[in-house]
Amino acid sequence: MSVLLFTIIILLGAFLAGLLGSLTGLGGGVIIIPLLTLALGVDIHYAIGASIVSVIATSSGSAAAYVKEGITNIRIGMFLEIATTIGAVCGAIVAVYLNANYIAILFGCILIFSAIMTLKKKVDHTTLDNTDKWANFFKLNGSYPDKGIDHPYAVKHVPGGFLMMLFAGTLSGLLGIGSGALKVIAMDNIMRLPFKVSTTTSNFMMGVTAAASAVVYLHRGQIDPGIAMPVCVGVLTGATIGSKILLRAKTDKLKMIFAVVVVFLALQMIYKGISGL
Amino acid sequence: MSTIGKENLNDKDIQVILGTLLRAGVIISMSIVLIGGAIFLIHNSWTITDYKVFKPELSKFSSILAIFKGVSTFQGDAIVQFGILMLIFTPIARIVFAIFSFLIERDYLYVLIGFIILAIITISLNGGLAH
Repeated sequence: MSVLLFTIIILLGAFLAGLLGSLTGLGGGVIIIPLLTLALGVDIHYAIGASIVSVIATSSGSAAAYVKEGITNIRIGMFLEIATTIGAVCGAIVAVYLNANYIAILFGCILIFSAIMTLKKKVDHTTLDNTDKWANFFKLNGSYPDKGIDHPYAVKHVPGGFLMMLFAGTLSGLLGIGSGALKVIAMDNIMRLPFKVSTTTSNFMMGVTAAASAVVYLHRGQIDPGIAMPVCVGVLTGATIGSKILLRAKTDKLKMIFAVVVVFLALQMIYKGISGL
Repeated sequence: MSTIGKENLNDKDIQVILGTLLRAGVIISMSIVLIGGAIFLIHNSWTITDYKVFKPELSKFSSILAIFKGVSTFQGDAIVQFGILMLIFTPIARIVFAIFSFLIERDYLYVLIGFIILAIITISLNGGLAH
């Protein structure tokens, strides 16, 4: 395939991935990797390197808006970044030595899990019980503005959330994705944060987490400009447009259809991985 | 009461600066990627690509030094890689800024946390360079 044709195909695919990823909340990375590996036969190591770059671009772009609104809890973000960056570096180092087929199988499993998570109805676990001694020591309790009113919240089970973030960071480094689904579990279900705070704070953390593993990938030659350029340009454009549409679109049906497509892609990746062993 | 008001204002300022920093980082680095991409495509459009097998030994720009050398001779793919490097450093710059702002707030616990994160990234940077 010529460079020009390859670039155009990836650009279009990445645009779609970014658009759908932001509309459904799955993220662009989890779609672009199956696209590159299954449809274009790109080695998963290159696909992961390109995807992690697009994760940095999209998360930094949207974090910029959220941070200005004051919803993001910067202390929680930075505290948990210790866990995610340690995990990300370890994951990225392991990924280099791991056979591409094992990565594909693991990726497929996480993809199915993420798809299920986007469909699950969210249950509000928020609490005002600010007695957690870790949360008080690290000053994690806070409040967020919504329609001019300040909503206070308290944080629980800090060590549990920290451990879950270590795991989320490892998967992010291993697979080149933002692993937003896992981060939200850690923050919503374990630490009891309000959705708005957890989604924006997880977004805020993604950039640093991805940068930590991207540094490792860059030195291992996994970030190839020929793939990374169309991927990050396409995903960022798609995600930016997606976030504009999101404000006025109903996404329930789209989420459903998309989850089915993603599970289908995931099964194909698992199948390909197993048959390649 | 007045000190609380002051602190809130401070927090708000920091949030606005942080947001602007992130946005500027993304816009600048993506512009560099686009310029590099255009130069790359002008020279290499009809070259045949193959990414079927991961060959790290063929990677031309896997160190910061190699990227700078490539940029100095206006190679398109090197400029793309430089833009990507800038993008990687955007969230890292955000940590550095956060350290400063917590220092101004005299929240030394979070200054320490910021340094821990920077240390982890620096260790991984050096670990990568060693290979």
